[in-house]
Order: sequence, then C-alpha cells, then structure tokens
Amino acid sequence: MNVPTDRQYTAEHEWIVIDGDGDVARVGITEYAADALGDVVFIDLPAVGSVLTAGQACGEIESTKSVSELFAPADGTVVEVNEAVTDAPEVVNTDPFGAGWLFTMRIDGAPALLDPAAYAAMTSGQTL
Amino acid sequence: MNPTSSGGPLATEPPESPLLAEHRSAGATLTSFAGWTMPLRYGSDLAEHRAVREAGGLFDLSHMAQLEVTGPGAGASLDRSVVSVVSGLAVGRARYTMLTASDGGILDDLIVYRLGPEEYLVIANAANRLTVLDALAARSEGLEAAVVDRTPHRALIALQGPVAAGVLRGLSGVDLGALRYYAIAVGAVAGTPALIARTGYTGEDGFELSVPATAALAVWRALLEAGAQAGVVPCGLASRDTLRLEAGMPLYGHELTADITPYDAGLGRVVDLGHEFVGRDALAVRAGRPGGQTMVGLIGSGRRAARAGHAVLLDEVQVGTVTSGALSPTLGYPVALARVTGAAAEPGTEVVVDVRGARQSMQVVPLPFYRRSR
Repeated sequence: MNVPTDRQYTAEHEWIVIDGDGDVARVGITEYAADALGDVVFIDLPAVGSVLTAGQACGEIESTKSVSELFAPADGTVVEVNEAVTDAPEVVNTDPFGAGWLFTMRIDGAPALLDPAAYAAMTSGQTL
Repeated sequence: MNPTSSGGPLATEPPESPLLAEHRSAGATLTSFAGWTMPLRYGSDLAEHRAVREAGGLFDLSHMAQLEVTGPGAGASLDRSVVSVVSGLAVGRARYTMLTASDGGILDDLIVYRLGPEEYLVIANAANRLTVLDALAARSEGLEAAVVDRTPHRALIALQGPVAAGVLRGLSGVDLGALRYYAIAVGAVAGTPALIARTGYTGEDGFELSVPATAALAVWRALLEAGAQAGVVPCGLASRDTLRLEAGMPLYGHELTADITPYDAGLGRVVDLGHEFVGRDALAVRAGRPGGQTMVGLIGSGRRAARAGHAVLLDEVQVGTVTSGALSPTLGYPVALARVTGAAAEPGTEVVVDVRGARQSMQVVPLPFYRRSR
C-alpha cells in the first residue's frame, strides 16, 4: 500500500499536507481508505467557511456499497473545497493523494497526527 | 477408529469455494458472506457492473446452496414444501419460488430446477442453507424422497451479459438456442460435465453453471480465456448486488425476511394457493386482505443514495422503509427498493426519504429500473 512520505496522517485514514507557514493544510483520504471503500460515487464536503473540530464528522463519502463519514483531521476553518471531486468522485480512487484531494483548511493550533511510518504500520497488518 | 471421521465434513461447516485460491491470486478484495469467503470485487465494482451490462461477467456463486431432491416422492415433497406447484414443471424447466414457515413468513427464496422425472435441484441462499435443508427434509417425511446437500461437492459459476451465449456456445456441446430462459440442460463445459441453466440475477441474458468442485478451476479459467476477447471479466458480489437492484430483484435479508409474507414483498404472484403447502392457510388469509404493504421501486435525483433502513414518508407520515438502495451505475441516478403501505404503493407517488437526516424527494416507479434491450 502506497504511503507517501511528504505528508501526515490520521487514524481515520485521512492525509494532510501543511504548507510551509504551518497554517493552511490540504486534506484527502488515503489509498488504503479509497481501496477499502471501493468505487466512490458521492462526496459531501463541508462548505467553505465551516469551522471544523478535529475528530468530528465533517462530510460523507459514499461508494456503491457503503457510506463513510469524513472526519476533520484538525481544528480550523475550511478555505476551499475541491469541486472536481464532487463532480467526478472517481478521482478519489484513481488519484487519492493528488487530484483526489478534498478540501483545504486554515488550521488552529498543532494537530495530533501520525507520521508516514506510523500510518504505514497501522495499516500494514489490516485486511480490507 | 473415530466413527464420525468417515462421513466427510459436517453439514454445519461452511465449505470453502474451490476457486478461493484463484480469487486470491487475482488480487480480489474478499468479503465474508454467510461464513464463506467470497470476492467482493476484483478491481472496480463499477467497471465490473458495466462489463456485465455491455459485454460479460463471470461470478463465483459457489456459496449458493445446491440441494438435490430425488425419488418417486420428490415432486410431492417439494410441492408441500414451497409456495408453487413444482411437480408440474416439465423436465428441464425451472421456477422461482419461496419456502415459507407455517405463519407465511418467508424462510428463503429459491429456484427449483426439474432435472428428471424424479430429480430436482434447489438453489437456496447461502445464509439459509441449513434452514432450507432442514425444512425440505422435515416436509418430505412419509414420502419416498431424499434431500441431499450437494453444496460442498459442487461449484456454481455464472456467466452473465450480452456476450454470454456467444462465449458459452464455443465451450459447450449444448444447443443454447433451444435453451430458453428458466430452462436447464445437462451438458458439458470445457469437457466437464455441467448443468447449464439459463438463469441469473443481473437483468441480462446469461447462464448459471453447476459443475463438480474438482473441475471448477478448469471451467473458470476456460470461460475467462474464451471470453477475454469479448470483454468478459471476473466480477464480485458488489457488482452482483447493484446489478440485481437495477433489475428489481429481491435479496433475502433485505426485501425478503421471515417477518413478512410473499404478498408483503410484492411477490404474491409466486404463491399458488390451490395446493397444500406449509404456510398455505396463513397466506390464504393474507391474500384475502389486499392493500397491505408491498415492494416498490423509488427513483431520485442527484447522487446521494437512499439506503436500507431509511424511512419513507408521505405527507410527513412514515409509510415504509427502504430495503436496498444505491446510485444506479447504469442509470446515473439513485434507485431504491422499499416496502410501503397504502397510497404510497401507487406509481407516480412523490415520497420523501430521510437519508441520514437529509430529506430527499423520490418517486414511486414500476419495476424493474433497468430492462435490457433484446
């Protein structure tokens, strides 16, 4: 399973890339999560300006077979949502770490995140 | 010597598909289903769904129960067991029917194939294998009929889709043109003796092949190889579920349960009250009270699907519950099956479905959602 080393992770299978200034972050779901869901057909993202609390549900991802909640990886405010993924949710399966990003947020404080090695270890023994 | 060791595996042990190793090596995502480990999808479930609609798909259905009923009393024993008269079937024909409890509740839905004058094959759902086996055995008491569970020794492979007949023609010695829908023939596939049935659960033309477990791998590979050029791909249970939903076909545990009768599932047409069977008296009473709950199709707009368990509302009052739902891969809009009462059963009715707090408008439509062009 691919776990890029240029970003951080949550136990809820999200990835987060925090910019150089440390206040704006881009968020998506991992390849592991995308594979577990199957073909993603619907994504409900938080509206721009929504205030998020780390660990709280902030959206939904539906595959043909299942519905999963999307959890905020950090405290903060939504800056931008990726309308390309709401229009064509399959990009989450084909490019979860790139074009399949979900939203960006201005983060408050220092979120508790997993480094790539910890996330890889967490998912290595799990079967889908 | 341990006397229990000679009888083979106990009927209560869920067997393993003879194709499991092949699925693993193909990289399939596996799922646990009624104690069986079966492929959920090989890659993209949407691509598998599309392949069946446009070309062909190959499914391992070895988890389905294959029960044989034989003997001079086989027909009589099945007639008293299920809601239809199957002894009236011609040899080589099949019927979709149901097994009910004495209160009329649905214990399983079945396909009964007549293989010979005194020989029937019953295909039951994996989760209900022992229930059906026990019921058929109990209900054959006093009749010269033997009920045998062939599931551990057989595999069931389905080839479904518009190219299915063309692909199978090259591999079987059977005149497929003469094999009508809901018919079965004894033949061979890729040199292996096989029961070839023109049935399926996808809404497409196709075949279900019962073969010895020992030959399953050879048949599976031969079908994939012969069909590759025509676009046949291996398909998992995820696509099977969306395919059957589009075709408006019920799934036990969702549209059908022990708590409801065939009438409540909108399938009263399969019940023949003109013969004696377990559940008949209760069903006769229910048939005399029309206007209860029934199964309907719902369509919506957007991409958010109604799912099993969501409430169906008419004028702010709950009139039913969604039993299955998905964003239809073929149609591109949400479809759902729901069990509703009263006026909500009328096609054209606008209802509201509570999708996890979001209220979605849906319309009652006739089934199926999808019908293939012939």
